[in-house]
Amino acid sequence: MTSRNHNQPSPSEITPEPVYQARRRLLMAGAALPLLGLGACEAGSSDAPSSQSATPRPAAEEEQTRFEDASTYNNFYEFGTGKADPARYAHTLQTAPWSVQIAGHAEETGSFTLEDILKPHTLEDRIYRLRCVEGWSMVIPWRGFPLGDLLKRFRPTSKAKYVSFHTKVDKQEMPGTRYPVLNWPYREGLRMDEAMHPLTLLVTGMYGRDLPRQNGAPLRLVVPWKYGFKSIKSIVRIEFTEKQPLTSWNLSQPSEYGFYSNVNPAVDHPRWSQKTERRIAGTSSRLFANRVPTLPFNGYADQVASLYTGMDLRKYF
Amino acid sequence: MRVVQIAKAVAHLAAAAPALWLGWRIANDLFGADPVAEITHFTGDWALRFLLLSLAMTPLRRLSGRAEPIRFRRMLGLWAFFYATLHLATYVVLDLGGYWAQIVEDIVKRPFITVGFLAWLLLLPLVVTSTRGMMRRLGRRWGQLHKLVYLIGVLAVLHFWWLVKADVREPLVYAAILAVLFLLRWPRRKAPSRSRTARTRVQSSQPGA
Repeated sequence: MTSRNHNQPSPSEITPEPVYQARRRLLMAGAALPLLGLGACEAGSSDAPSSQSATPRPAAEEEQTRFEDASTYNNFYEFGTGKADPARYAHTLQTAPWSVQIAGHAEETGSFTLEDILKPHTLEDRIYRLRCVEGWSMVIPWRGFPLGDLLKRFRPTSKAKYVSFHTKVDKQEMPGTRYPVLNWPYREGLRMDEAMHPLTLLVTGMYGRDLPRQNGAPLRLVVPWKYGFKSIKSIVRIEFTEKQPLTSWNLSQPSEYGFYSNVNPAVDHPRWSQKTERRIAGTSSRLFANRVPTLPFNGYADQVASLYTGMDLRKYF
Repeated sequence: MRVVQIAKAVAHLAAAAPALWLGWRIANDLFGADPVAEITHFTGDWALRFLLLSLAMTPLRRLSGRAEPIRFRRMLGLWAFFYATLHLATYVVLDLGGYWAQIVEDIVKRPFITVGFLAWLLLLPLVVTSTRGMMRRLGRRWGQLHKLVYLIGVLAVLHFWWLVKADVREPLVYAAILAVLFLLRWPRRKAPSRSRTARTRVQSSQPGA
């Protein structure tokens, strides 16, 4: 297993300095806009609306979330529903030995050890925004490899239209699973083209080190343009399916959590707004965390919007 | 008399403790990655707890047969308002600071925020009329006005219930306590003659509050 530093986005993604600077000013104007209130109407409002639709800056240029914050503020209900519960209780999770069941419509299936899974892949570092459906967000440097590279190895057949994932479930190691807050095991799924998209990562580390258990060790998914709950943790099963797989949050509240769950400021959660997000990042006081506008597809629209052309994203939320 | 005075001073200190604890945790950066969310939950929890405590005083008097509990009712209600105001201020200033349009939209469009805001709003007339002078001036209508607290209790629990994503165990506990507090009032309210004596007793015992 080699490790290649891939902190910076691909060359095509890198914005030329002057363009970036100009864009940054626009973004600043956009960020300051709500504070200005009515004053903004007088002060050149012409460039304000474009700030939200402008191509977002790459996550690598944004202030990162502190490791201590990203590893202590987690939603991992298998260890409790409080944000601090996973960091407190996940130490009981046995992550070695670890194996992943590959099943469904593929030429090669069966049980694979984590070592088998990881061996041929080169790990790279990528900085992504993570937007939680609850209205907060982080900027996290992940370490992993494209999920598609793994899936290809099993040679999915033409019947493989979706990929389904399961999290480990163990009442001893994961005390939260003793209570049916969700329908265990935690399940997630992607359409095949979403799973094969180069932005979709299988992750084994973050901040240049191994994944902490509360962040989904030893193997998790990261789909940066979807709400965080789609990025399933501690994966033990990957199945190629013909039909759209069941997903835990959709089973729990179908009217609130759709299968796609793409980040979309235009489609509110039935109970709260998704227009803006509290950004947990940077090193200044957490008490005055920035609230920033939420971007379509979490700022990855240029890369992924084409996956959904012709789809009504209000219906398929 | 002295004993009640001392008990009240102690109660005020106890009621201020969560606020002091809050300040200490903020000063020492102990609220973790997302203090805004944590402070919102903390102040909301205590607002609801004091509201339920204030609602517990009348049943407590009935069960104990003693008048003293009623003398704590007003201060508990005012502390509930204090924490509810901190709760609202956290949301408006720290969380949505500056996004005025979104605040208005939230209050109008999001049922859980609508009921929460309504609960706070309905507390205002109760706070304003909580003085002995207002009580005397309003006479009979004071009691009628302050029945609003039942509605406020329901709205506050609903506010909590509707905001959780999946785990309703905690709001369920508050809902159960509220239900018990309502049930404990039930038999007395059915008997009009006794409720009248109850009311006179409330009024005669209130001025010391």
